[in-house]
Amino acid sequence: MKEYDIVVIGGGPAGLAAAYSAKENGIDNILIIERDNILGGILNQCIHNGFGLHVFKEELTGPEYAERYANLVEEKNIEYILNSMVLSVDENKVVTVMNEEDGIFEIQAKAVILAMGCRERSRGAINIPGYRPSGVFSAGMVQRLMNMEGYIPGKEVVIFGSGDIGLIMARRMALEGAKVKAVVERKPYSSGLQRNIVQCLDDYDIPLLYQHTVSKVVGKDRMEGVVLSKVDDKKQAIPGTEEFVSCDTLLLSVGLIPENEISRDLGVKMNRKTSGPIVGENLMTNVEGVFACGNVLHVHDLVDHVTMESNIAGKKAAEYIKMNKVDTSGKKIQLIPDKGVSYLVPDHINLSTLSDDVTVRFRVTDVYEGAYVDVNFDDELAIHRKKPFLAPGEMQEIKLKKDYILEHQNTDNITFKVEAK
Amino acid sequence: MYDVLIIGGGFSGSAIARELSKYNAKIAVLEKTEDICEGTSKANTALAHGGFDAKPGTLKAKLNVQGNKMMDKLTKDLNIPFERNGALVLCFDEKDIPKLEELKERGEKNGVPGLSIINQEELRKLEPNITDDAVAALLCESAGIICTFTLNFALAENAYENGVEFFFNTAVEGFTKKEDRWIVHTNNGDYEAKAVVNAAGVYADELHNMVSSKKHSITPRRGQYFLMDKQVGDTVKRTVFQLPTKFGKGIVVTPTVDGNLLIGPTAEDIEDKEGVDTTKEGLDEIMEKSKMTLKSFPYGSVITSFSGLRAHDEEDDFVVEEVEDAEYFFDALGIESPGLTSSPAIGLMMANLIRDKLNLQEKDNFKETREGLPLTNRMTPEEHKALIEKDSSFSKIICRCEMITEGEIVAAIHSPLGGKTLDGLKRRVRAGAGRCQGGFCSPKVIEIISRELNIPQEEVMKNNSNSKIILGRTKE
Repeated sequence: MKEYDIVVIGGGPAGLAAAYSAKENGIDNILIIERDNILGGILNQCIHNGFGLHVFKEELTGPEYAERYANLVEEKNIEYILNSMVLSVDENKVVTVMNEEDGIFEIQAKAVILAMGCRERSRGAINIPGYRPSGVFSAGMVQRLMNMEGYIPGKEVVIFGSGDIGLIMARRMALEGAKVKAVVERKPYSSGLQRNIVQCLDDYDIPLLYQHTVSKVVGKDRMEGVVLSKVDDKKQAIPGTEEFVSCDTLLLSVGLIPENEISRDLGVKMNRKTSGPIVGENLMTNVEGVFACGNVLHVHDLVDHVTMESNIAGKKAAEYIKMNKVDTSGKKIQLIPDKGVSYLVPDHINLSTLSDDVTVRFRVTDVYEGAYVDVNFDDELAIHRKKPFLAPGEMQEIKLKKDYILEHQNTDNITFKVEAK
Repeated sequence: MYDVLIIGGGFSGSAIARELSKYNAKIAVLEKTEDICEGTSKANTALAHGGFDAKPGTLKAKLNVQGNKMMDKLTKDLNIPFERNGALVLCFDEKDIPKLEELKERGEKNGVPGLSIINQEELRKLEPNITDDAVAALLCESAGIICTFTLNFALAENAYENGVEFFFNTAVEGFTKKEDRWIVHTNNGDYEAKAVVNAAGVYADELHNMVSSKKHSITPRRGQYFLMDKQVGDTVKRTVFQLPTKFGKGIVVTPTVDGNLLIGPTAEDIEDKEGVDTTKEGLDEIMEKSKMTLKSFPYGSVITSFSGLRAHDEEDDFVVEEVEDAEYFFDALGIESPGLTSSPAIGLMMANLIRDKLNLQEKDNFKETREGLPLTNRMTPEEHKALIEKDSSFSKIICRCEMITEGEIVAAIHSPLGGKTLDGLKRRVRAGAGRCQGGFCSPKVIEIISRELNIPQEEVMKNNSNSKIILGRTKE
């Protein structure tokens, strides 16, 4: 059985950055396992620009961003295998892999970094009634079909969900000559980035219908249209507001779910809110030596944030290898999402493993203008930060200084909440 | 001229075809859609019912119990999954316990083995995730779960391997009786046979009424379902029914043989025989009713919802017989639930009727077993490894949710009566049947179909010929 210090599952942006960071932190014996035939993951189908503003201080396309990292991995002689599916990881960190070249084989790892990314929610998950004709696609699938295979699935399109993928695909399809009739959003605000609403919809005169839902798929064989309805405050369709819109294609961009099947089978505990592993400040899960980063941990808006988070996972995994174990016996400070905050990553801080400042990433539950984010160490207000605009579609981050945490060792809970105007 | 033409490639038609293929006879199945298992048979609760529900003395009761008993050998011979997981009928009110007793007695009259009534405590032990409202239950040990698709394919494929011909996209338009033969008019020309079997599901009444003065009327009874992620597949171990109450017929919560959780169906009489759409009302009803069974409804785990139709005849029983005023014309009509369970028995009963009528002689080379497709997730690791040694494409994952390899998909395309569409392959090997519902693998499966059938990707269909997936090329 081949042995590696660190096995990284997933060769997308998270896996690549984590591997690179581990290497930079002194670990040589690393293997990246990627299921697709190319490194870079979903970035390869994201041919639009806007990637890398934070990490590389310039605007790159997805494939360009992926290539930079793939090159770094090559330059550093980090080993990787493609077209390889991880079947399981056991508690002894034996990774079972299958590929065409070697069949089914096992690898012994000292540490594992989970970086499997996420998948899209399907029509079933959102219960759109009607027949099941062809023409109903997840936005990511269409992105792959168009950008990597060169096919266009339809000519008249309705997009459900105003997340970034939905917005970007609206523009992409418009550029290919398809008529994008509407982007439909159940909420009163978009879950995508503001800049994407401007650049992908406004610039192309594509209407964005807030507080609407696709209440029915029409057509038996190929889609003939959708019925749209207005929704009430509980996001339920309001009877009598139905409107038929003809289209041959419905793109669903209705949320992403971290792909944690391997993690769950391994016994990694999950956060119900993020559908990702519960991790400490070192991004280690409850299974010792198993770390998680990127969209498998929680769904990010920007690849730059994925990279930064994965750098930490790589570094902490390297520290773990060097120390050969991890001491989690120290005091644990719990991070608690309070009013206006839907989740926090990490979930807690272990004082015995704390070695750096801690970046806490979170999402808010609503749209706020001119609000404050308050961070309380037990009853003490530690941070009171003004945020001109907060929306659930834009991930937030706040750094907790290591020194401050150490000065407040007696703290049991660190609470994050939004103070609305 | 054929000896027997069977109309319909669902369970009944396929089971009849397989039983008849034991005899020296020229047999064909006419199927109006592009594939086996496209109509009534493709969407149901996928159960081998115990047989306690049907009224004693009915054909339904008899064929259900008989069909259930035949399942062990049949599924072994055809190499398809089947599990006697047992069933429970929950009772929510002490006052209703006599109704459970009645059900038990009825079952015993029908010849169902392994029936008992269990109390709340035993129930808790068996199924910890059902609500505390359930006070007692009828346990039926002989009930089981089965894959509706593979049963249908296996029956048809085995019939095909034993010489039965299949004609797809062939819709029957009428019949003419000549002295010694029936002429079956279809959109693909005329077929002639000594005997005709009408196994046309929801359309069986229409075909019957073309030849007989004693009319039948079939109502499509729609059942809507939720299919859940395998993550919650073990919410219940048994198939859990609800005792009907004053609020109506209950719904079923059951694991599937593939490890998912299935919840449904509704029961709505509709007009449209193609009306397999789902409705908001229907889906809401399932969620509402499931609350009686389950402590919590796994909302986040729904991966798809769908509808199926049951062919409910107004006489409320199966009809498996030669039509009185149309000699050599046989009906397998009104085959609603428990049609899947009964299908092996329906096949046998019909084949016996036809054997006697046509004086058919048994073949000596009937191949009773079917090897089936090489499905890697039903193999032991050793078997899978051995297969990979021979063909490395069985280690190339295409559908990551269900872990389906390229080798399996290619094998399913080239199998007897192979799959040629996305849905056809989904039903044969489960590519695209998982939690992402084809989001990742569809482009790859389209590519494989295109390559193996040597057709452009734009010509690959979801199911029928009007269900194109890709409408063109992006500009160069």
